[in-house]
Amino acid sequence: MIQTIAFYMFAVLVIASAVMVITARNPVHSVLWLILAFFNAAGLMVLVGAEFIAMLLVIVYVGAVAVLFLFVVMMLDIDVAELRAGFVKNFPLGIVIALVLLAELVLGIGAYQVGSIELGTPMASDGPAMVESNTGAIGALLYTKYLFLFEAAGLILLVAMIGAIVLTHRPPKTKRGHQDIGKQNRRNPNEATVMKQPEVGRGVEL
Amino acid sequence: MSYSTSLYLTGAEIGLSVTGLVLLLVTAWTSEKAARAITIAAVAALFGALLFNVSLFDGGLAGSAFGGLFLADGFAVFAKSLVYIATIACLIVAPRYFDARGEYRGEYPVLMLFNAVGMGLMVSATDLMTLYIGLEMSSLSSYVLASFARRDGKSSEAGLKYFVLGGLASGIILYGVSLVYGFSGTTSYEGIRTAFAADFSTGAMFGVVFVLAGIAFKVAAVPFHMWTPDVYEGAPTPVTAFFASAPKVAAVAMLVRIATGPFGGQVEAWQQIVIFAALASIVVGALGAIGQTNLKRLLAYSSINNVGFILIGLAAATPEGISGVLVYLSIYVFMTIGSFVALLMLRDSEGNALATFDDISGLSTTSPVLAWCLLALMFSLAGIPPLFGFWGKFVVFQAAVQADMIALAAIGIAASVIGAFYYIKFIKVMFFDEPQGAAPAAAPVSHWIVLGLSVAVISPLGYLLTPWLGNLADAAAQMLFYVA
Repeated sequence: MIQTIAFYMFAVLVIASAVMVITARNPVHSVLWLILAFFNAAGLMVLVGAEFIAMLLVIVYVGAVAVLFLFVVMMLDIDVAELRAGFVKNFPLGIVIALVLLAELVLGIGAYQVGSIELGTPMASDGPAMVESNTGAIGALLYTKYLFLFEAAGLILLVAMIGAIVLTHRPPKTKRGHQDIGKQNRRNPNEATVMKQPEVGRGVEL
Repeated sequence: MSYSTSLYLTGAEIGLSVTGLVLLLVTAWTSEKAARAITIAAVAALFGALLFNVSLFDGGLAGSAFGGLFLADGFAVFAKSLVYIATIACLIVAPRYFDARGEYRGEYPVLMLFNAVGMGLMVSATDLMTLYIGLEMSSLSSYVLASFARRDGKSSEAGLKYFVLGGLASGIILYGVSLVYGFSGTTSYEGIRTAFAADFSTGAMFGVVFVLAGIAFKVAAVPFHMWTPDVYEGAPTPVTAFFASAPKVAAVAMLVRIATGPFGGQVEAWQQIVIFAALASIVVGALGAIGQTNLKRLLAYSSINNVGFILIGLAAATPEGISGVLVYLSIYVFMTIGSFVALLMLRDSEGNALATFDDISGLSTTSPVLAWCLLALMFSLAGIPPLFGFWGKFVVFQAAVQADMIALAAIGIAASVIGAFYYIKFIKVMFFDEPQGAAPAAAPVSHWIVLGLSVAVISPLGYLLTPWLGNLADAAAQMLFYVA
C-alpha cells in the first residue's frame, strides 16, 4: 500500500515537474524543475529496487549535469521573449513532429502487442552470485572480471582532465597583464615618476 | 588464468601508463623547460614497450588476458610495433615545431603516451568493451593534440571539428555495439561469432553495419572522410604526421580483427561495404587531391587514397589479403612519416612553414637533398616500381586477384594511375619550376635521421626486408584466422 502511494506520488511529481520544465518562463526555473524531476525519478528507481541507478541519477544528473546546465543558463543572457517569438511561426512544424511521434507511439505499442522482439539470450550466467544489493553486484563484477577495463576507463577520465587543463590553462604571464604584488610594493616615487623641463613649443618625449 | 599472466601480457600498456603518470607529475612540478627531457623519457618508454612487445612475440607467450578482454597475439604484436615506431618518430620531431612558437609543454609527450596505450588496447581488443575504451582513450587524446597549438586559430578549429565528428562516430559505433550485444547476448568476440553462426538476423546486420561505419570514420575511409582534409591541415604538422600514421594503423588493425573475428562468419554481410569504401576512398582520394595547393591537404587526400588500397586487402577476406594489409600498413607508415617530416623541415629562416606548391617550387636547386628525399617518397606513394611503395600495392592487389576480385583490382589500379598525377605534380614543381620563395632553413639532425631512415626503408633497399616482413605478416594473419 505504502509503495503504491509512494509510486503515484513520485510519478505525479515527475510528470508535473517535467511539464513545468517546458512551461516555466524563466530558464533558471526550468533547470530547477528539471532537478526536481531527477530527484523524483530517482525515487521511482528506489521503488523498483534499483538503488544503484537511483544513486547515479542523483550524483551524476543532479550533481553534475543539472548544475552545469544551471551555470550555462545563468551565464548565457537568454532573451526569453525572443525565444518565444518563433513559436507561432514554427507551430505547423511542431504539429507535424507531434503527429510523427504519435504515430511512432501507436506503432510501437502495436508491435509490442504482437510479441516481443527476438533478442539473443544472455550468456552472463557465469557472473558472480547475486549479493545482497545490486550496488554490491556491480562492484563485484567491476573489481574482478572487468578490473582491467575499469582502470582503463579511469585513464580516459584522466586524459580528459589533462586535455581540459592543457587547452584552457594559461601560464601566469600573459600579454593581458597580471598582478605582481611584490612588484607593486617595490615601486617607489623615484622610479615611477620623471621630471621633465620641456622647452616652449616642443613636445615631451617620455 | 592468473592475474600475474594477465599483467605480464598487458605489460606494454601498463608500463606506458605508469610512465605517463610519472611524467605527468614531473610536468606538473617542473617548468616548461623540462618538456624536452620529458619527451626523451617518453621516447625511451615507447622504445621499451616496443622491445617488450617483440620479446613477448619471440617468447611465444601469446595469449588472452583478463578473461578474454585482451589478446596479445602475433597480429597484435605486429600492429603494436608499427604503432610504437610511428609514435616514437612523431615524438622526436615534435619539440622543434612547437618550440618555434613557444608552445611546447610536457603534456604533449604524456598525451602521446596515453594515446599509445589506447591504440594498444584497440589492437588487442577481443571484447567490444575493450575496443570502445581503447578507441576513446586514443581519440580523446587525439582531439587535444589536434588543438595543442592554442594560439593558432586553425589548430583550434581542427580540434573542435575532430572532436564533434569523432564524438558522432563514437556514438555510431556504440549504437552498433549495443545492437550486436542485443542480438548476440555477449560482448566477447568469440561469443559473438558463435551466436552469429547460430542466428544472424537483420537487426544484428544493422549492428555490424553501424560498427563498421563508425570504424570507417576513424580510418578516414570514404564516405566518412569529410573531416580529414580540414583536421590534417589545421592540426600542427607533427600531430598531423601522427594522425596519418599511428592511429590509422591501430584503427585498421582493429577493423581487421573485428571483421575477421566476431563477424568472420558473415563475410558476405560486410564484404560489399568494405569493397565500396575501398573503391570510393581510392577514387575520392585521387580526384580530391588534384585541385589542392596546400601540401598538408594534399597528403590528407593521399592518406584517404592509401586507406582505400589497404581496405582492398581486407575486402579479399583471405589470410593473404590480411597479410597484404599488414605489409601495406608497414610500408605506409614509413612513407607517411617520411613525407610529413619532410614537410616539417620545409620552413624558411623565420620559421614560417613552406606550405604550398608555390613555396616549394624549385626546391631541387635550393635544397637538393630534401628534394630528392621527397622525390623518393612521392614516387613510393604513387607506387612506382623501383620503390618499396610498389610492393605494398602489389601484395594487396595480388590478394584481391587470388580472391577472384579482378574487377576490384582493375578499378583500384586504374584509380592509382589517376593518383599518380598529383604525386608527379609534386615532383614537377620541385624539379622543373623556377625557385620563387625563400630557401628552407637548415633542419636539425633528429629530423634528418627520421627522414633518412624512412627513405632508406622505402628505397629499393626495402626489398631486402620483403621475405622477413612477408613471413611476419603471414604468421600474424594466419593467427587471426586460426583463432577464428
